[in-house]
Amino acid sequence: MLITLAGAAGAMALRNLVHCALCLVLAFGGLAALYLQLGAEFIGFAQVLVYVGAVAVLIVFAILLTRNSETRVERLSAASVPLGLGIAVLVAGALGGAAWFSGFAPAAAAARPVAGVRSIGERLMTQYVLPLEVLGLLLTAALIGAVIIALKEPGEPG
Amino acid sequence: MTTLQHYLLLSAMLFGIGLAGALVRRNAIIVLIGIELMLNAANLNFVAFWRFGPHPEAVTGLMFALFSIGIAAAEAAVGLALIIAVYRHYSSTHLDKLDSLKG
Repeated sequence: MLITLAGAAGAMALRNLVHCALCLVLAFGGLAALYLQLGAEFIGFAQVLVYVGAVAVLIVFAILLTRNSETRVERLSAASVPLGLGIAVLVAGALGGAAWFSGFAPAAAAARPVAGVRSIGERLMTQYVLPLEVLGLLLTAALIGAVIIALKEPGEPG
Repeated sequence: MTTLQHYLLLSAMLFGIGLAGALVRRNAIIVLIGIELMLNAANLNFVAFWRFGPHPEAVTGLMFALFSIGIAAAEAAVGLALIIAVYRHYSSTHLDKLDSLKG
């Protein structure tokens, strides 16, 4: 838990972009451990594959591709810092307060639920087959779109 | 003993950190990282509610988290491609410099 929070805070607070990406990997790894602790093995390993594997590498590539000397030292516009921090603290306090003081105690917390890969796969192929197909279509379209957006425009130098 | 409340509290703090980063930082990549952190906080809520919910044998929370991870991956790919395209035009990822539409 502390690793997750420290990683997230580091990813948001550090000045060097590469350090931010490394802290982000730490936060994602901590989240994967939390999923495993909650008994959701498949989600935990999917988190490791998708976030620690793919998204982190994408972010590092984007940092390397957009790197230049002037963005290394980032200057914060001073007016927006207290406002943004205040809004974030307010939102987190509202969410956390609502969760903490709601007072519903889960009854069946003792029994650790079993959700094996088998039951998840059966659900994916029967009940959730249409969302799965739509997600596949969306991912294909998004990746093709991403390649087209990031392609070098014809006639552009360099 | 970690209960549902602990996970919800952790998720709220994670969401707050991500929101603070998305609002305060002025680098487009960091803003995108903040958005990813907020999405992950929501995923943690789904899985926690599935774990402590009354019907964990129906894997609804897990399915929602799984599809949410897929959508977030697509969002990250498109967002980073947009950042790279913007960088090619402006030679910067600093959000305050992207003010061409400002009157």
